[in-house]
Amino acid sequence: MNNESQKITTPRQGKTYTIPIGPVHPALKEPIEFSFELDGERIVGVDIRPGYAHRGIEFMGMKRNLIQVLYLSERICGICSISHPLALTQAVENAAGIEVPPRAQYIRTIIGELERIQSHLLWAGVAAHELGFDTLLHLTWKVREKVMDLLEDLTGNRVDYAIPIFGGVRRDIPAAKGDLAHAVLRYYRDLLQGLMDAFLEDKSVEMRTRHVGALSRGDALRLCAVGPTARAAGVEKDVRQDMPYFAYADLEVRAITPRDFEQEPVGDVFDTIIVRLLEVAQSIEIVERALCEMPEGELVSIPKVAALLSFLKKAEGEGIGRHEAPRGEVFHYVRLEAGIEEPIVWKVKAPTYSNLMAWVPKFMGAEVADIPIIAASIDPCMCCMDRVHVADRSGRASIRMKEELIRLSREKTRRILG
Amino acid sequence: MRRLPRSFKRALWVYHVATGSCNGCDIEIVAALTPRYDAERFGIMLTGTPRHADVLLVTGPVTRPMRERLIRIYDQTPDPKAVVVVGGCGSTGGVFYDSYNVRGPVDAVVPVAVYVPGCPCRPEAILDGVVKAAVELEKLERSEVSA
Repeated sequence: MNNESQKITTPRQGKTYTIPIGPVHPALKEPIEFSFELDGERIVGVDIRPGYAHRGIEFMGMKRNLIQVLYLSERICGICSISHPLALTQAVENAAGIEVPPRAQYIRTIIGELERIQSHLLWAGVAAHELGFDTLLHLTWKVREKVMDLLEDLTGNRVDYAIPIFGGVRRDIPAAKGDLAHAVLRYYRDLLQGLMDAFLEDKSVEMRTRHVGALSRGDALRLCAVGPTARAAGVEKDVRQDMPYFAYADLEVRAITPRDFEQEPVGDVFDTIIVRLLEVAQSIEIVERALCEMPEGELVSIPKVAALLSFLKKAEGEGIGRHEAPRGEVFHYVRLEAGIEEPIVWKVKAPTYSNLMAWVPKFMGAEVADIPIIAASIDPCMCCMDRVHVADRSGRASIRMKEELIRLSREKTRRILG
Repeated sequence: MRRLPRSFKRALWVYHVATGSCNGCDIEIVAALTPRYDAERFGIMLTGTPRHADVLLVTGPVTRPMRERLIRIYDQTPDPKAVVVVGGCGSTGGVFYDSYNVRGPVDAVVPVAVYVPGCPCRPEAILDGVVKAAVELEKLERSEVSA
């Protein structure tokens, strides 16, 4: 969290003081601690202390067999609860060399995109709430229930869908369910323009979000921002476009930036609203096309779970899986060893982990009243992100700096390579 | 018209504490408050501070740094109060049972009145849990009066 360079560029007028926000605070849905350095109402410095939601999931995963790990990965995050399993299945399939039938690829795409619709609507509601516009929160969450119903119809659950399995998917989308999905997508198609007007034509939303929490294109690139946070800053970056997987190569996905709304990207909160709402429209199109073009065929290449487990036990190698989650790129790495059921290494990089640093330039120069909306603008997901937590035996936490982390990771690599 | 039971004599104000949950239950809590499920018709409202709350909705398996915070929030809530655990990991540890950083389940940290199972639980189940907490609160109040 080194922001010295930022501090110097902001002129200080008088004495500054520090206010803590969090870990438990009404503006935050999840525990995280901020420490703001203020000059009057202006933010001149910010320090972020994550780690409150760290549950040690990677460590637990390395003690369980891969199918148990799949269900554990679903519980990394309850909002993007399909993104982590999708990335993990790709990583394991990559490591073990399992083929996925085309129909399963399409079903994964459909559920992944329906989740994006759900997650972006959820974010829009939360953003409206942080602006103090609760009517809009209730409106967006009311319409969000439609896609939750559809997801429940297709998968059996509102959250944590348990759809992907290594080598395919666990449930089919029969024709009748497809018609149901088309009806829901038509509902959103008709409704979306109204929702866009409510957010983007409203004077009060514009005044609260235009030029608030701006992230320049240069900063977005330098800080490795991902997902809508980077795209709002004009970086045309999207895993679905850059490295197509599942059915995305057939569906021609393109990264959406505010330019699609005929606006030059500023990277502020308003731009993130534009990008997310346009992505809802894009996801509707993708799902509609995928439903029509979905080929017939097998759902899973190794149908018996026992056979799958023994196949995975024999598998050896390492693999990566990438998926464009609603918040940005999620990345999983696994290493399997023959004769061992558990993955030897499981590493997860959630999108918020990449976007966290984007908070620093976004907060600089903003006012205290804008803290909740700027914090929400990257759509943070602490439970995905909180990973490293170092404590000594007495339970005291300590902070590791970059040099020490590099030294530790090099030591670990040498240890793994033997 | 049937009269409402005594438990509904006042509006229940609810404070939500996330103690390292996966967001699944947290989002379902918000879903329970928004128009489809509309908890506010029963007077159930989310407050910004535990000092105004009657019911604590606790999600998550209680991570090590959140344990102390949960105890502090519990102490800040005025009596009579009821703790509702939302979700499987808060009730029993769930999938996170063998984590090195989990100090839960919630009942190992603070006294719990109602458990809402499910991973994640449905909004209807959360509403049911809060209504059960209202009955618990009424019992507590009665015992305070008799004492």
